[in-house]
Amino acid sequence: MSSKAKAHIEIRDLTMAYGSFVIQQDLNFDINRGDIFVIMGGSGCGKSTLLKHMLGLMAPVKGDIIYDGVSFVSASSEQRDKVRQNWGITYQSGGLFSAMTLAENITLPLQLYTDYDRAEIASIVAYKLSLVGLAGYQDYFPAEISGGMRKRAALARAIALDPDILFFDEPSAGLDPISSRLLDELIVQMKESLGATVVMVTHELPSIFDIATNSVYLDANTRTMIDYGNPQELRDHSDQAVVKQFLARGIEAAKNTMGSKRL
Amino acid sequence: MITEQTGFEIISVGQGKMSVGLQGNWTQSQQSPDFSQLRAALDVNSVQQFFISGVDLKEWDSTLLAFLLACHNYCQGSKVEFDVSGLPSGAQKLLEVATAVPIHIRPKELSRFGLASLDPSGLTRAGIKHLTDSLSFVGEVSIALTKLVMGKANTRMVDFKVFCYAAGPEAFFIISLVSVLVGMILAYLGAAQLLQFGAEVYVADLVVIGTLREMGVLMTAIVMSGRTGAAYAAQLGTMQTNEEIDAIITMGVSPIEFLVVPRMLALVLMMPLLTLYADLLGIIGGGIVAGGMGISPLQYINEAENVFSWVDTSIGLAKSVIFAMLIAIAGCRSGINSGRSSEAVGQAATQAVVISIVYLIIADAAINIICQQIGI
Repeated sequence: MSSKAKAHIEIRDLTMAYGSFVIQQDLNFDINRGDIFVIMGGSGCGKSTLLKHMLGLMAPVKGDIIYDGVSFVSASSEQRDKVRQNWGITYQSGGLFSAMTLAENITLPLQLYTDYDRAEIASIVAYKLSLVGLAGYQDYFPAEISGGMRKRAALARAIALDPDILFFDEPSAGLDPISSRLLDELIVQMKESLGATVVMVTHELPSIFDIATNSVYLDANTRTMIDYGNPQELRDHSDQAVVKQFLARGIEAAKNTMGSKRL
Repeated sequence: MITEQTGFEIISVGQGKMSVGLQGNWTQSQQSPDFSQLRAALDVNSVQQFFISGVDLKEWDSTLLAFLLACHNYCQGSKVEFDVSGLPSGAQKLLEVATAVPIHIRPKELSRFGLASLDPSGLTRAGIKHLTDSLSFVGEVSIALTKLVMGKANTRMVDFKVFCYAAGPEAFFIISLVSVLVGMILAYLGAAQLLQFGAEVYVADLVVIGTLREMGVLMTAIVMSGRTGAAYAAQLGTMQTNEEIDAIITMGVSPIEFLVVPRMLALVLMMPLLTLYADLLGIIGGGIVAGGMGISPLQYINEAENVFSWVDTSIGLAKSVIFAMLIAIAGCRSGINSGRSSEAVGQAATQAVVISIVYLIIADAAINIICQQIGI
């Protein structure tokens, strides 16, 4: 374990591309332990792509991603699996296995990576489902519950192993304001109790201002990060007009992101 | 350093109050006690208040919370007050979150499996429902085809061309392989019997009649049901999952006209052509085996020409058109009625292949019986 002072996740000179089309280049930022870190930007700027790189689902063209001082990009696949055991991830549409019940979905990581016996697993599963407000839904299949419940069930699976880092891809997209606030509260609660670092991709402004402690703004025009810091401070004091407008729901930012689309 | 055992200790019992202290590390790697041990000690008849203290608690994780949740639910069920104020505030908060929503009780429903599924009346009803649903689907397709003929259907001809290519030229390789081998198998099968009578030359008769009337078209149809029928079911099932079919309906376009008709027409156009191709290759395959048995190619061709009839060929082609419709109906119907999950799409594809093969075999038998009765 490296010292606590050091950043939990470091992004160094990262360049991402699909073939010869560069999505983002020269990304350099740190995510500290205990942060709720938001990756922001207009549609199509590469937020989800950055998350995929951080998860190791895509390989960067250049640069490195460092977890706890250890390079993830140059790690072997066994080392990566080992690092990934400390992660909880929820995907945009949940990523629950549709052929398994909710209980089986949450049981799977527990069976794979812990030595709990069957009864203990059952009680842990009941606890995780209760945490996300789904107590009693053990035997439901993902198709039998609503979209918001699926998101929460996916969160329950993500926290099954008490992870160190929680990744969220658009956690509250498609949820009503109340559910999305409850989900935000849940994320903060999880973070505090697990002492975890949270990394999320989102453009839900209320949720950004409510819970985020740090953020990075990816710009689609210049294809790099143009700002970094606490979102509330960025809204009030950023010297980047685009970022200010984005956070204040300005029209100019919308125009800029629209203009950057390849047509 | 004193290592404490993970567990709990009863501190005091009396006057309707019970206090329990937690000890040691309640983490994943430790052997922690099961809730049933505490339940045995907790007499719900005399205890009204249950206090749990975390003074001696060291590290904890979800293991502890799972235990506490079980305590909470048990206490709530037996109307005992559960006091957690002695626990670390993090654990208290998490327990509060976990118990904020009451436990959902699943409404009872009939099980899908077991003896109930063998009930004959249920099976008959399911069979009749399947039949009426299929017929109504065929009805809708007929209406869509009529509209197409009248020039009023919303069918994109671009789609039709794409499906023709997928159902025709792209299937050449597998059809070639299957029909050559089936032709050879037929020839071997006949040769073994005919050799006994010294009538090897009639292998050609067997192969030609067998291929034209039966094997060419049937093997093509079975390959196409696995290849194209399943593909149709998977495509439409994924479109259902993606809400694309909803989008088509709400645009005021019939999904039958837009999705089913071009697929069906493409298959109906391509199947006879593939069948002719399969017939030719099947006869060639038979010729290869015949050559190996000492029948010269000329003899084989001569005999084949004698026995060739347009009636056999057209029966084969008529079958291919009917089979094409059945495959398209089975595939598209399974796809459109598919559920909205990856598992459901898999089921739809399976169902499409199973149903289309059942349809094929029943239709083939029926056509053969009719041909026999009217003497062609």
